[in-house]
Amino acid sequence: MSVYEELGGTAAIETAVDVFYRKMLLDERVADFFETVDMDRQRAKQKAFLTMVLGGPNNYAGKDMRSAHANLVGRGLNDSHVDVVIEHLASTLRELGASEAQIASVAAVANSARADVLSR
Amino acid sequence: MARLVCDGRELSLQPGQLVIDALADAGIGVPSSCRAGACQSCLLQATRGRPPAESQVGLKESLRAQAFFLACQARPTEDLEISTAGAAKLDVPARIASVERLAAEVLRVRLEPQLPFAYRAGQFLTLLREDGLARAYSLASLPSERLLELHVRVIPGGQMSAWLGGASSVGSAVRLRGPSGECCYLPGLSQQTIVLVGIGTGLAPLWGVLRDALAAPHRGPIELWHGARTPDGLYLIDELTALQAAHRNFRYHAYALESRGPTDVALGRLDEVLLAASPSFAGRRVYLCGDAPLVQLLKRKVFLAGASLQEVHADPFVSAK
Repeated sequence: MSVYEELGGTAAIETAVDVFYRKMLLDERVADFFETVDMDRQRAKQKAFLTMVLGGPNNYAGKDMRSAHANLVGRGLNDSHVDVVIEHLASTLRELGASEAQIASVAAVANSARADVLSR
Repeated sequence: MARLVCDGRELSLQPGQLVIDALADAGIGVPSSCRAGACQSCLLQATRGRPPAESQVGLKESLRAQAFFLACQARPTEDLEISTAGAAKLDVPARIASVERLAAEVLRVRLEPQLPFAYRAGQFLTLLREDGLARAYSLASLPSERLLELHVRVIPGGQMSAWLGGASSVGSAVRLRGPSGECCYLPGLSQQTIVLVGIGTGLAPLWGVLRDALAAPHRGPIELWHGARTPDGLYLIDELTALQAAHRNFRYHAYALESRGPTDVALGRLDEVLLAASPSFAGRRVYLCGDAPLVQLLKRKVFLAGASLQEVHADPFVSAK
């Protein structure tokens, strides 16, 4: 069973994405990358990301991660920002009641996207 | 390079150019207002080829299936043949039944559709004058009412509001396109707290949503916050005060940003008074309508204050360009 299913599937993701997005906007280390007029579209992207790293049903491929973040790399996106995302991903899952083992496995999946996100 | 053919005539299309600009360059006028993909005034139909996906965002499924798209969002990358007549066939003819002044800068315009115009309270339509001038307005009426009601802000130099407020508009024939929008009351969660926030004529859709919710009946608390730049922009004060007296679960708050003279109206920034009154928006359903920059600011603030984005219905009014 995936962490996605263990945490409660779609309903849990809807809660998780709001919590996660709020953490991003409130953290000045990464907030600029998440500021947008179209918050619903930003939320949809984050939902796709969370669904992917939790092992839920998704169509999010590494190539999409690469092209989606290419312009952010130009704006200075680097390893430290990916670290912040993984940090908030972990605390979001902790708030939702995930175990440390589940969090570690999700963080490992998120980490595996690092090279694509940073266009390496 | 992509070819663009409109009503059988081939037009020059530069790479990356918008269909609406290519049409203008060729001297083909189509209705247009916001140029931001919101108002749907510039709806066109593709008769051959596929409209770019981004030009169909926000359109009803039935319109997408018939290859309708928004000219202001379409940068064709493949050959496209389009028709300007397709959208007009969707329009409902109507007559301007009355125009009255609700406040110094707000008109109440009532329309009598000549064919059934189905909508839900809180949606918006595009009003087209006979010459093609188009503007989007929210519906303030309820579907059960015979006449449609719009609240029109009188904008200095505004073509449509000047015409509506002038002597000759009543009785005129117009066309209605739409409706669109999701700023509607959702039955089913009748205990939830509903927060309605309108800026200026952003009160229009909320006047519909509020009465729809009270009639449902919605059992949970309903708050309506109306803000305007000056006390002159506030309206329906007596009606809202009467509804507050009649419904224990409804509370009405009105604020002006500034006042030039003595006033009974409370002064304050809507985002500040709203957040001060409700430290947490978790679990609440929030409706935000009116001037786009303030709606976007409020959306961010209520989200950070705990509202789920799925429970925030934002209807940003985009000015005509």
